[in-house]
Order: sequence, then C-alpha cells, then structure tokens
Amino acid sequence: MEIVHVYTRLRGEFGRQCLFSDRPAELLVDVPPDPRLAQDFIQKNPRDQALQACRDMSEHQVNTERFESDSCGINHVEGGWPKDINPQEMEQTIRYRKKVEKDESYVNSLLTLGSVMEHCIRQNNAVDIYQEYFEDEDEVEESPEPPSAKTINVFRDPNEVKRTVSCLSWHPDGGKLAAAYSCLQFQRSSRDMSLDSYIWDIENPNRPELTLKPASPLVCLEYNPKDSHTLVGGAYNGQIAYWDTRRGSQPVETSSVEQSHRDPVYKIIWLQSKTGTDVFSASTDGQVLWWDVRRLSEPTERLVLDLSREGNLDRALGAVSLEFESTMPTKFLVGTEQGVVVSCNRKAKTPAEKIVCSYDGHHGPVYALQRNPFFPKNFLTVGDWTARIWSEDIRDSAIMWTKYQTSYLMDACWSPVRPSVFFTVKMDGVLDVWDILFKQNDPTLSLKVCDEALYSLRLQDNGRLVACGSQQGGATLLEISSGLSTLQKNDKSLLAAMFERETKREKVLEARQREIRLKERSRSEQSREGEPGREDADHGPDQLIAKAQEDFYVVTEMERPTCLKVGSLLVAVPREISIIPNLAETESVGICKEIT
Amino acid sequence: MAEVEETLKRIQSQNGVQGIIIVNTEGIPIKTTLDNASTVQYAGLIHQLVMKARSTVRDIDPQNDLTFLRVRSKKNEIMIAPDKDYFLIVIQNPSD
Repeated sequence: MEIVHVYTRLRGEFGRQCLFSDRPAELLVDVPPDPRLAQDFIQKNPRDQALQACRDMSEHQVNTERFESDSCGINHVEGGWPKDINPQEMEQTIRYRKKVEKDESYVNSLLTLGSVMEHCIRQNNAVDIYQEYFEDEDEVEESPEPPSAKTINVFRDPNEVKRTVSCLSWHPDGGKLAAAYSCLQFQRSSRDMSLDSYIWDIENPNRPELTLKPASPLVCLEYNPKDSHTLVGGAYNGQIAYWDTRRGSQPVETSSVEQSHRDPVYKIIWLQSKTGTDVFSASTDGQVLWWDVRRLSEPTERLVLDLSREGNLDRALGAVSLEFESTMPTKFLVGTEQGVVVSCNRKAKTPAEKIVCSYDGHHGPVYALQRNPFFPKNFLTVGDWTARIWSEDIRDSAIMWTKYQTSYLMDACWSPVRPSVFFTVKMDGVLDVWDILFKQNDPTLSLKVCDEALYSLRLQDNGRLVACGSQQGGATLLEISSGLSTLQKNDKSLLAAMFERETKREKVLEARQREIRLKERSRSEQSREGEPGREDADHGPDQLIAKAQEDFYVVTEMERPTCLKVGSLLVAVPREISIIPNLAETESVGICKEIT
Repeated sequence: MAEVEETLKRIQSQNGVQGIIIVNTEGIPIKTTLDNASTVQYAGLIHQLVMKARSTVRDIDPQNDLTFLRVRSKKNEIMIAPDKDYFLIVIQNPSD
C-alpha cells in the first residue's frame, strides 16, 4: 500500500498565484490510550538490556581497479661509464681502468676487502655448512595437512564479448593450455563475437601465446598426445579442423561441411594408431565419426548411435561426451543427451553389433565421461545433479553415486595420480574434489572458483595443476595440495576392494530383482487363470507406495540391530521397493555395506 | 699497487674460486678474471642486489651497515664484500 497524497486543483486555477495563509493548529487524529490493549502483554520487570557507548562501525571492502601490468626487463649492458669515454673503445676503457687502479683509496679499500673475503673463502673451504647429518633416518610421517588448493593464475578472454570456455586441453609436456571458446547457449552468440580460441602459456596470463582462428567457434580442442605441435578441434558448425602450431593460426586443414557433423562437435579424441593421425568425434546429431587428420575431406568411418541398432539417424541419441582408453583400443564409451551411456566396439563385424550395451542412469545429458586411469573397468559419469561411478559389468545402475547436489554438474575428471580422487565443477562456480576413500557423502574439498558457472575442467598429467573454464571466458589455474595429488601406499588396493564390494552389492540387488520379477510373472500367470482380468497393477501406484512404505518400516525396525546405518543405500532401497508390488515376500531388504 | 695484485692472486689461488670481479659504485668493472659478458652481467645485477641489501639493513637499524653478503646457490656461492666506493665479488664453488 503506497502512502499517497492526492492533490487536486481546478483546471481554471492552474497558474494562479498561491495564496498562503496562517491558520491555527488543528487536531487531525487523536488516539487515546487503550488500557485494554495492555492486557495482551505481560509486564516484565526487571529487564536486562545491554548497551554500549561506542561509535558505530561498519565494515566496507574496497578493491582498486584492476590494472594491466606487463613485465619487461631493461638490459643495461655496460656500466655507467663517464660521458667522455666510449665503452666500445678498448683503449679508452683500459686507460680509465688504469687510472682508477692508481687511486689510493682504491688500494686501501681493496686491501681491507681482500682480507675479509679471504676469511670467508677459507671458511667455505673448511666446513660444509649445508651438510645433512641424519639423512638415513626414516622420514617422519607428516601430519596430514587439510586439503587445499591455491589459485595460481586466471586467463581471461581478451575479447569484449565474453564466451564460455567450453573445453581445455593441456599440452603433453604441461607448460601450455589450449582453451576452446564458444557460446553454447542457443542463438545467444552475437554477430561481433570473436571466433578465436587461444593457447596460453601458463606463466603469462596477460596475453595468449597463440591464437587459433577457425571458421566457426571451437567447442572442443585436443592436443595430440604423441605430437605436441598438433591440435585438432571440433567446431560449432560440426566441422573438424586440424592445426599445427608451427604453421600459425589458420587451420592446416578443415573437414568439408557436407561430410562433417550437423550439430556442434562436443568431443574429439585422438586415437592410438600406428600413424598417430586418427581422431574420432561425437556430436549431438547422433553420429560418431572417425577421421584421419591427413585427409579431412571425409570421415573414414561412421557410426550412428541408434539403440535399436538400425542405423536410423532420426532415432539416434545425441552424443555429448566420448571416452577412449588407450589400453582398450577397440572399445569406447559415448555419453548421450538422453542420459544414456552407450558402450561400443569399433571392431565389430556388422554395424549393428557396434553398439554393445547401454547404461541408463542420468536424468539429463551426460556431460562428462571418463574411465578411472587405474581401474579401467570403472568409469565416472556426470550429468544432472549427480556424479556416478559405474562398473562395466553392471548395466542397470551405477555402483556408487554422490547425492543430488544443489546445482548442475558440468564436467568431471579423475585424478591421474590418485585412483580415488576425482574433480567436478558445477554451475554455481564451485570446484569439488571428491576422495571416495576418505569421504563418500561430501566432497573432500569444495572451492568457489568464480561467480559464474564453470563449464570445463582438465587436470594436468602430474595431478597437481587443474584448469577450469567459466562462462565468462575465464580459465582459472589452481594448484592442489600435495595430500590430494600424491599416491598413498594403500590407495590402489583399498579402492579395488571398494569397487569390488560395490559391484557385488549391485549384482546381488540385480539378481534379487530378477528373482522377484520372475516370481511376479509366475504369480500373475496363476492369478490370471483364476480371476481373468485382474492384475496386481490394479492397486494403483499410490496405494502401492503407501503399502511399500509401511512394509519397509516394519522390516527395518525388525532388522535394526543387525543392520548398520548406510548413507546412500537407504536412498536406493525405496527405489527398488516401489517396483516390487508385494513387499511381504522380500526378505533382507536392507543389504548392508561396510563403511570403511 | 703490488699489494693489490698480491691480494688478488692469493684469493685466486684458494680452493674452488672461479672468478673475481672488482666493481666501482657506478657499476664499471675495474678488474676481472672472467670474460667480458659475464663480468658485465654480474656487475650490473650484483650492484642492484647490494644496494637493496644495504638499504634493508639500514632501514631496520640506521646505525647498522652491510659488511658482507653471501648468495649461496645450487651450483656455487657468490660472495660480495661492499665498501664505500668499490665492491669485491668472488664466485666460489664450495667444497663438497
């Protein structure tokens, strides 16, 4: 309700002079005290009230405007020779030097300096002051420092219109970072948006080392792990382009538009091959194409991600991520927009057999997909609000997953040095470091890198440096504390045990599921003979859920003393129950897992 | 004059000494046993370092002054004896 005073005036009176006049005070409102209202309140006597007689302070932060600094050195070649002497002329300089040497103060000072110096030299020769006395003793176990990460550098998009860093790739030796910039939001890219992508030298955040100029903004970019001068990038318009950094900013070759993808190329990976020139790319148009970079005019092979195995492009799933492990050169994984991860075999005899199996687990696009470098049978996927770890053998569900986060996860990768550590980035600008041997419910370290969403993430091969790219074109380089980037002694065996245990749990659940379904089917067949037309599904989902809940609580109450509290599992079990119509038949619903 | 030469020769003969440079306050190398390029580089860089070290010492305590500066690195040790008008710089490989 606005407090408003309406001021009305006759039209004829506009412009007339205001005539002010005095008038006596007028009582407008008189609100007498109402003692009855006091009965709503209880009198409190005595009262404690804290007072402080001091000045009011307020906290205020000030940050100076960021200015661009450039470091450059001045090389002063020769000392400050007097004006009349030309330092290049040997004669003049020698004459000057001889003159100085004859100076008495020179002689005196040099004698004193000489004696001081001699003393120190002799000292050096006498004792080695840096000798290690107790080298052989075992190193004391350092108390584990809390995990931390430090921002080292931020590489900002030098253009006016900021684009998202959609992909990052480290140079194989680690000193350079290639970043692909594009605007991934639908039709949001403006006309004057620059098309360039950059290669940054990590020591110099002021200026990119090399600019790559494709015909269309690059969505993904990869260095060739074998040849550090070549890069291949997938563009927004579906083309693939190949660069050689020795040849400059223009791509050496670009694939032809007709033969390329019809949608942005979301991921491109170099393959292990004898020639070292094979790549394969995936895009949301549902195709996975193989290319030889020497001849980008047409792909060498094509695969359509149609789960019905008919090669039908209309029904194909759009691919958003790709995974290839050099230890398993014929198999690869594709993550799709529909939340399904498809496992494919490149060397299958018929195109229909190329798609081996699919893992359905996410509600949204699978943005990142990576096999664990130490345990290639397990892979990590990220999509919707969770990160899930899968085992290749279990098709129905992931073996481990994080709880639903508050914002969307955009990218993830395993640490190349520690098998149990993986990193995720989210849309609220947070980088999470998860160590599943340490804590499974929450990230071990959670860092807010920037205010805008983080879209991409890549770890350098030494496991210490991580680069993440944001929506406003800033790529942040962080260094992780040594606790998270050095391999501990029991890591591998503990993690292997954990994965095995989880896999076994899922297998048991799967087997149980199958059993129940079988029983269901056989029972429904019997009941159909007795009462034609009546099916258990008649109960209606709500009643089923209510019944299931009741039964569940009963069973857990019964099993409470024997069952340990399990975090994520309790979330999973109701899911199973809701499919099971008649819960009374199930026995041990709460399958316990040990907590390490 | 001869004593100066003798002193320098004595220093040079010590174990591990790689080079000696005498620089004046303007950064001009007066006498050196190294090649010109290195001499000029050392003279320029060390001059700045000594100035900084000296001002540091004097800032902390104005009555104090820098008497000697040793820069020990992985490969060798640079010892600098500063004076009012001249510096004596000796590069030594410590004994180990």
